[in-house]
Amino acid sequence: MQKVTREALIEKAASLLANGTVTSVLAWKKGEFDYDITPALFTGEEEMHAELVWNDFCGANLSKYLVAKTKKAEGKILVFLKSCDTYSFNQLLTEHRFDREKVYAVGIPCCGMADIDKVKAISGDGIASIECAEKIKVSTIYSEGAAEMDLNDVLLERCESCKSKKHVAYDELMGEEGEILDSHRFDEVERLEAMTPDERFAFWQEELSKCIRCNACRNVCPACTCEVCVFNNPASGVESKAPVNDFEEKMFHIIRAFHVAGRCTDCGECSRVCPQNIPLHLLNRKFIKDMNECYGEYQAGETVGQRAPLVDYTLDDLEAGEVFERGGDNA
Amino acid sequence: MQVKEFKPLIVAFCCNWCSYAGADLAGNNRADYPADVKIIRLPCSCRVNPMFILKAFQKGADGVILCGCLPGDCHYTSGNYYTRRRMAMLFSMLDFLGIERERTRVEWVSAAEGAKFAATMNDFVATVKALGENKRLEDLRCKK
Repeated sequence: MQKVTREALIEKAASLLANGTVTSVLAWKKGEFDYDITPALFTGEEEMHAELVWNDFCGANLSKYLVAKTKKAEGKILVFLKSCDTYSFNQLLTEHRFDREKVYAVGIPCCGMADIDKVKAISGDGIASIECAEKIKVSTIYSEGAAEMDLNDVLLERCESCKSKKHVAYDELMGEEGEILDSHRFDEVERLEAMTPDERFAFWQEELSKCIRCNACRNVCPACTCEVCVFNNPASGVESKAPVNDFEEKMFHIIRAFHVAGRCTDCGECSRVCPQNIPLHLLNRKFIKDMNECYGEYQAGETVGQRAPLVDYTLDDLEAGEVFERGGDNA
Repeated sequence: MQVKEFKPLIVAFCCNWCSYAGADLAGNNRADYPADVKIIRLPCSCRVNPMFILKAFQKGADGVILCGCLPGDCHYTSGNYYTRRRMAMLFSMLDFLGIERERTRVEWVSAAEGAKFAATMNDFVATVKALGENKRLEDLRCKK
């Protein structure tokens, strides 16, 4: 797939700003370091030349930011969407979270995004600067010269099992139309399902006990856009991280996974932002896999206005107890 | 030394129109079921948010059973069909996390089935009793 350059994005945005189609541009800029690229709103061309970033670390899904930005903005916002972001975009439209009329969506092709932890595993800590071209060049404060690596060796997990390079929503597409891929994204879920319950419990106890309840997964999730969140309720008893036992955060994660079940587009942002590297996407994928198996194939965000499995029913659905008796499940 | 017998705490969510009336009938008929079962009456089995079930476990329940009208008999036409999907997904997720799958159950009990209500509760309490205390889903922050 042909990459689009940063200059092409700026040129596109500048021309749309100049002819008055849009009044602001939602894209990415450098955060504290070269690898923590954060979403940013631009209103002028000079600003974009100075700050706009488009490289292998622009994993952030911009769809969610439209909810807040379109409320404040006068006129249209231009937003750059990677293929996986367009699913979240559609899902948010289905839930009437923002006004489609106030957005001008430009689809940009994506070759996958880099995982900083994998980069650090090769280059070592203390990253001073990163250059993304054909290869990713990383120089650290401890070493002379730069470590070079191929993007395909340091892909985010979600990009390794990319479900679709196809943009399902856009006003304009840069580059060529991609395809829906056969991603094998349920392989890891199947591996866990094949374990005994005790092994699964041990696995999740180990993973979820790392949780520090920073709420990053909730804050970044495009499906988590409730104005008042259930976890902000101090009376619930679960709003804080209290060192009582090491597996107390399971409730938070079960509730959150269930809350986004049927609406999760599997964009993988939760796992990307998790500072403790908990594979949270596995919980969401388990729900997606179950719903596909029990209620027919369903991809949230594929089109606008589709009915999710959990707000629908048929007369001959399987009984709750029968869910364990499907093929391949161990007892 | 005498070992104290384990008394499980069972929460039964019952819909007002069928299962709660079924429980009533079980009582009228003098059908025996253990006092470990604490019934919570709801307008419809569909009222049960999955969080209710998790909350019950957090607060120290050892087993949670959800009873509603037989499919097709819902007082609100379709409530229990939604319940069925939700609970199937929730139970599958709890199993995925390694929680014992016998601790949760959905049973459809009509208002005329007092005997079935008692039999279901006897069976469920015996199952949970055999499993022992709920350790995997407990939340010490919420226990008093």
